[in-house]
Amino acid sequence: MNLLLARLIAQRVGTALLSLLAVSVIVFAITVLLPGDAAQQQLGQEATPETLAALRLEMGLTQSGPERYGHWLLGMLKGAPGQSLVSGQGVAEMIGERLPNSLLLALITAAISVPLALGLGIASAVWRGSWFDRGVTVGAVAVVSVPEFLVATLAVLIFAVKLKWLPALSYVNDIESVAQLLKAYALPVLCLCCVIVAQMMRMTRAAVIDQLRAPYIEMVLLKGAKRSRMVLAHALPNAVGPIANAVALSLSYLLGGVIIVETIFNYPGVAKLMIEGVTQRDMPLVQACAMLFCAAYLMLVTAADIFGILSNPRLRHP
Amino acid sequence: MNKPIAPPQDLIGSEDSSRLLDALRRGATRRDLLAMLMGGGMQVVLATTVVGWATTAHAEAPRRGGRLRVAGASSSINDTLDPARQASQSDYIRCNMFYNGLTVLDNALVAQPALAESFSHQKATLWTFKLRKGVQFHDGRALTPADVVFSLNRHKDPAVASRAKTLADEIEEVRQSGPNEVQVRLKTANADFPAILGTYHFKVVPDGTTDFSKGIGTGPFKCKEFKPGGRSLAVRNESYWRPDRPYLDEIEYVGIGDESARVNALLSGGLDLVAAVDPRSSQRIGQTPGYGVFVTPSGQYSDLVMRRDNGPGSNPDFVLAMKHLFNREQMRKSIALGNAAIGNDQPIDPTNRYFNAALPQRAFDLDKAKFHLRKSGLGSGAIPIVASPAATYSVEMALVLQQTARQIGLNLEVKRMPADGYWSNHWMKSPIGFGNTNPRATADILFTQFFKSDATWNESGWKSEQFDQLLLAARGEADEARRKSLYGDMQVLVHEQGGVGIPLFISSLDAHSSKVRGFVPMPLGGMMGTAFAEHLWLEA
Repeated sequence: MNLLLARLIAQRVGTALLSLLAVSVIVFAITVLLPGDAAQQQLGQEATPETLAALRLEMGLTQSGPERYGHWLLGMLKGAPGQSLVSGQGVAEMIGERLPNSLLLALITAAISVPLALGLGIASAVWRGSWFDRGVTVGAVAVVSVPEFLVATLAVLIFAVKLKWLPALSYVNDIESVAQLLKAYALPVLCLCCVIVAQMMRMTRAAVIDQLRAPYIEMVLLKGAKRSRMVLAHALPNAVGPIANAVALSLSYLLGGVIIVETIFNYPGVAKLMIEGVTQRDMPLVQACAMLFCAAYLMLVTAADIFGILSNPRLRHP
Repeated sequence: MNKPIAPPQDLIGSEDSSRLLDALRRGATRRDLLAMLMGGGMQVVLATTVVGWATTAHAEAPRRGGRLRVAGASSSINDTLDPARQASQSDYIRCNMFYNGLTVLDNALVAQPALAESFSHQKATLWTFKLRKGVQFHDGRALTPADVVFSLNRHKDPAVASRAKTLADEIEEVRQSGPNEVQVRLKTANADFPAILGTYHFKVVPDGTTDFSKGIGTGPFKCKEFKPGGRSLAVRNESYWRPDRPYLDEIEYVGIGDESARVNALLSGGLDLVAAVDPRSSQRIGQTPGYGVFVTPSGQYSDLVMRRDNGPGSNPDFVLAMKHLFNREQMRKSIALGNAAIGNDQPIDPTNRYFNAALPQRAFDLDKAKFHLRKSGLGSGAIPIVASPAATYSVEMALVLQQTARQIGLNLEVKRMPADGYWSNHWMKSPIGFGNTNPRATADILFTQFFKSDATWNESGWKSEQFDQLLLAARGEADEARRKSLYGDMQVLVHEQGGVGIPLFISSLDAHSSKVRGFVPMPLGGMMGTAFAEHLWLEA
């Protein structure tokens, strides 16, 4: 069992490193393909050949592409993600300022959405075909079909502009009490929950139903076990694998994919930082963010697999 | 209420403002004031806003204190407090809080004294600036001529990558000429030099500064917090050199890129003042009690660039046909919802003191357009026209143009490009496409940067020896009346021969809660030409 886990983790770490390398090459190649470089983006309409040349020299853009990539890779191996071309600040420092915000938003959203989705999913699997199941399903599909920006804008219009219950922007600087924290995070968390709950819920429902149809559940029922015991102790452990994967996928979205919510609520997170990096052609920053998102994704998926193995006796003894 | 307040001489030419306030005290009505100003040759739009300001300023005394929460339209990791590298409205707004220039521009774009107490010149080439005494930087150091020399000279160093390098290159030498005096010798005569020093980039910083992140200047506010792409916090500079200024205790500033997020934050009470709202939101804001919109007529324009050197723009008849195809009134009404002034294919806007009102307005005329199009002998093939959200309203203008062109059998193909990379990849490169020019401080800067034959941004590649000669003559001309006539002639040249069509001058729209007082439109653009910090106050 421990050996199996160790082998799995070692394998995953190996492929993760390879994936990171591949992603970094692809991201770099794409940033090179983008029209204009950091110097041009910074000077914009006001670029003159003279200032462009000076700025390019300062930013180290006079080197060839592969050379710059080599430098970056070398720095990364030494644990130094380099400096932003645009602001001159350390990339690690820039991400360090924003990452806690992103993590906090992800954490609060996860803490609300995961139990909610699992609860609804299991309940609708147990009472499948009932009015409750249909209501939840219709609701979930409706919510997930509405684009995020619409949910967010409507929520702002209703709760901030009309009712004035909640702020339209999420200021994280001024939070001093729990009440303020709740107010600042209520709207962004609500919007994100709308996006991710449906997916996790549907997945949970499908996985649990799949198990409930299996012959061993009939056996459990015949044995005279309570329904709650049948679902929670027998069906659920076998369904945990796919559920954990769905949860991992949804959570990985919370780190890098929340650009719309960050924009609408002016929330200082990492996703916006990366987009800014792209529009400014700030290669070291874009690369570091890409590595971060990629690593987080791989970690979550691996964690989901391990969780699946631990919870399912059959997978523990292949 | 009846207490007279000091006329803000930095905003309205001091003569005008004291005249107006005097008249008000004598019991003049709004109508009287309008007649007074327009009799003096001021444009209607400008006169109306000036009178609007004077009547409110007369009615209420500014209140001291309070925190103003402001959002601009741009925020990026590129944000800087280095005056030489300012690139966005947010940068200008912050630098206007923390720094001063030697001069400051009033609302007729005339230079008024700021850190320089007075200035004089010999033949517009040798300029002497007497520095104000007792001015302190935020760190307690006194302002010295060495600071001014350093601040001006930095722009000439290519390594600084100053955005004002071309302007600064006109400076031959800067030197300290007395204990409190700086002399600047120019390469060529320039009567506008004090106005140039009143522009965004020529702020004064302490001698030898290399780290600008603290925002140490002489400005009305001190920098308490600043992060590129984040929020900034400005607190009152208690030892500011202007008595009684600023009115506000604190300003909290953020850049919010999403327009509807800015507007919603304002309407939900989270902000007091937001920059750059679009005309449709401005209607919504105007209908909400407790909120309003500041309209600033300005010299900003989006223009149709027809390259001389390549494509159909090389044919003067085609260019004239396009200029007659602009349905300017429709564009003003349907695209800008009235928040624009009609343009006349020359870049000086009606609020400018050098505007040539005698030049007849070019009309929307399908017959003339058809005549010129036929004369140009162009075939019936589709002609691509490049537009982008990067150039304000250009996509909408291109679509209107496409519709009207169809009526004379001209097939225009609108190519919509993303804002990202537009300036480096499409602007001035496509044979026919749109550009956008922000208001410039002087007519000379505008003409020199965009219309002189050898200008880097001569958008259409239009070359005229006569124009270049007039430009140089006007630059060294210190007599206002003669300058006005020279600039008038240049406007005629661009109007008749130039390769750009300028359909509209676009007004800036800033939305505010009704507590925000003291706003005066400045022709440099919205947010009082980004210098609102020193002038606004909050009503209790």
